[in-house]
Amino acid sequence: MSNGTSQPILSVQQLSIDVGMGASSRRVVDHLSFDLFAGQTLCIAGESGSGKSLSSLAIMGLLPKAVRVAEGAISFEGRDLVGAPERELQRLRGKQIGMIFQEPMTSLNPLMTVGQQLQETLRRHEPLGRQALRQRAREMLESVRMPQVEKRLQQYPHELSGGMRQRVMIAMAMLCRPKVLIADEPTTALDVTIQAQILELMRELQQVYGTSLLMITHDMGVVAEMADQVVVMNHGRTEEQAPVRQLFTQPQADYTRKLLAAVPVLGTAGQPGDVSQQPVVLQVRDLSVRFPVRMGWFEEDKQVHAVEGLNFELRQGETLGLVGESGCGKSTTGKALMNMLAYQGSVQLFGKELNGLHGAELQAVRRDIQMVFQDPYAALNPRKNILELVGEPLLIHDQLPRAQRQERVAELLRQVDMPADAMYRYPHQFSGGQRQRICIARALALNPKVIIADESVSALDVSVQAQVLELLEHLRKQHRLSYLFISHDMAVVERICHRVAVMYGGQIVEIGRRDHVLHNPQHPYTKRLLSAVPMPDVDQKRDFKALLQEFEQPSPIKGKGFEAPLQKFHDVGGGHWVAVG
Amino acid sequence: MLAFISRRIGYSLLILLGVTFITYLLLFMLPADPARQIAGRSATPEVVAGIRMQLGLDLPFYQQYANYLGNLVQGDLGRSYIQRSPVTELIGARLRPSLELMAAGIGFELLIGISLGVIAALRRDSWADKALMALSFIGVSAPQFIAAMLFLYFFAVQLDWFPMGGYGGFEHLLLPALTLGILGSGWYSRMVRSSMIEVLHQDFIRTARAKGLSRVRVVLRHVLPNAIVPVIPMIGIDIGIFMGGLVVVESVFGWPGIGQLTWQAIQQVDIPVIVGVTTVSAVAIVLGNLVADLVIPWVDPRIDIKKH
Repeated sequence: MSNGTSQPILSVQQLSIDVGMGASSRRVVDHLSFDLFAGQTLCIAGESGSGKSLSSLAIMGLLPKAVRVAEGAISFEGRDLVGAPERELQRLRGKQIGMIFQEPMTSLNPLMTVGQQLQETLRRHEPLGRQALRQRAREMLESVRMPQVEKRLQQYPHELSGGMRQRVMIAMAMLCRPKVLIADEPTTALDVTIQAQILELMRELQQVYGTSLLMITHDMGVVAEMADQVVVMNHGRTEEQAPVRQLFTQPQADYTRKLLAAVPVLGTAGQPGDVSQQPVVLQVRDLSVRFPVRMGWFEEDKQVHAVEGLNFELRQGETLGLVGESGCGKSTTGKALMNMLAYQGSVQLFGKELNGLHGAELQAVRRDIQMVFQDPYAALNPRKNILELVGEPLLIHDQLPRAQRQERVAELLRQVDMPADAMYRYPHQFSGGQRQRICIARALALNPKVIIADESVSALDVSVQAQVLELLEHLRKQHRLSYLFISHDMAVVERICHRVAVMYGGQIVEIGRRDHVLHNPQHPYTKRLLSAVPMPDVDQKRDFKALLQEFEQPSPIKGKGFEAPLQKFHDVGGGHWVAVG
Repeated sequence: MLAFISRRIGYSLLILLGVTFITYLLLFMLPADPARQIAGRSATPEVVAGIRMQLGLDLPFYQQYANYLGNLVQGDLGRSYIQRSPVTELIGARLRPSLELMAAGIGFELLIGISLGVIAALRRDSWADKALMALSFIGVSAPQFIAAMLFLYFFAVQLDWFPMGGYGGFEHLLLPALTLGILGSGWYSRMVRSSMIEVLHQDFIRTARAKGLSRVRVVLRHVLPNAIVPVIPMIGIDIGIFMGGLVVVESVFGWPGIGQLTWQAIQQVDIPVIVGVTTVSAVAIVLGNLVADLVIPWVDPRIDIKKH
């Protein structure tokens, strides 16, 4: 492995990056150094704000205007890139160094076809004829395993799924066979199975073309899966730099140890506590949600069958995990339970039917069932202070006078481990984790019985995520709360849930105790999903090759009057049910 | 596509019906009496009453309006009270000069507005940006008749670069069209600037730069087309505002177009001409919007008019 004698292809020495000018400037990357050798993969791991993305942009010379390289050197094949003229950098970008970004949904120009965007890169760097251009674009799409290449070349980005767009991005970055590929969180926005496909694809391309890979990620699972060498960054400083095995087996820095301890690892949780004797709080029977799709004048209207015949119950003090990939209907289920959209079937809270409730009755029910959303940055009104935000439910439901409201808000803030004087500040003055605590405090304000947590920890860094999970667990015990925990992250679900329901195509395909479902999956979809989760363990490198085949979800758009066949379940034992047929 | 256009035409007819109704009603309620205007100061009440009956002005409002609509369906906009000739003829004779001025004016508006907007966005927060935005603010808020007279005074009288007005060749067209263009470009330059700034921060611009494209290519191929999309429906809406400018500019520059006709008709309370011109402008606005809606999907493939 060690290439100590040969020259590194990309070398970063004592790189420091400042944001802002003059007296107000702030250092965001502090003396970062690493060497990337030919054919190797180097991962820069770190939580948000660690400066890992800015470092990668600095290599490309693409730093935003207010950000600049303060000192240090970046050399590519012996050429210094810091302060190199823009023209020289342009010739390097896309040709010698390719880059892929985090958000495949917004990283492609919506007004140009895939073919145009691919050929544009080639035309810039290589003098080729039209035929040759098209041929190269086609070949590259084939090597990223794009199905129906000819059709894709003519399509616009919005006609492709996220995974497909990321394949186009990779194809575009690899078109000119660059020596270095920089991937900035390339799989963070994708579902696990798609993530596994993309990671496998990058490994494959790296082998075929001998590309060196510089990967930026926050996910230690991805690091273990991909890296040869790892740099751990925290608040701009390099905490540790080590070969991947050493990093995971003998982490040196305290920060690395803390980070690794915070990462939830699938398969490490034991038996959950027994709650099967507790009274049922929420009973869901044949829940279906359908959205109408308006077609043209002469076509029959259609429906999106978002959720189809869901049955489950939630007991007091129980946490039920609802897992599945995007578009499986898990968030829609949460909204239906909150009565935020129309549904068919029955939802009973303590035996009281919720379907069809209006006005005052619905408001009374909302006291008992509350929601915590995914994005703590978007879930709080920026114009209101914390007292108003957390106290709002108290005002709406109980018309509590201000003094009492203040008292209650202070108590709530204490419960989520926040100081009481936080109530006079505004959301932008808090970090993501603190904001999510505020959201939880708001949900707790009326002493609800059930909390629906829709991807409530997905947007948080692992260390913060661990704290919030602990808080949720503590509150559950203290207030005998029941959670419906909607998530795409198996490891998080395993850590917090008693039972797990796996959703696919709007239906539950497997439900049961967490250890049964996650350690002994019966349904092929559950197996596929679990096999795609990258493990933060170097001895468990996974082979994602089997996942590379596209697994088409059945289209949820059906004609009017379509009734899905009734889902039959097979009892595996111990309350573990699997869909059959 | 066909369904979309026919539905839009249906809506347009409703809009036109509303426009004629409101215009007719407003003019009916006006204290000015066209019959007295026609008869002159010294006419006896009998003469005035005679003229009123002759023109059908003694009929109740709904009857007058129904007559008007009946004629309108047959393509007859009525007869001018003053000039005694059919309104369609009056408008028809002036349509061509007005369309020429409109085309040139909107062309200048877009040319000036988009280029200034692009420059301001690319040089954001520089003195050039601030100066351009201050200029656009003046353009947006300057009263058109004063600006038009000032332009006429400076460029035609003092500098003698352009003819004093009137209709004729390209040199006659240039100054009024530039006046309309400069005054109207403020909206566009502000819109293009903010839209460009938004697009410049998009992820796909970073992608384009990471591909190694030159700055010019990134701006022209990736930023500009995306920034233009929200401007297109503006053009449709702008035609209405533009018509107002046309009335003023044509009168100041002596351009024999619909605007000038309107100006004269308003002064003489020539109701059939006013309603006729209003209807024609409404048609222009509706058509402009329809064309804008049809052009957008051609620029932005994400917009599918079949779904609207």
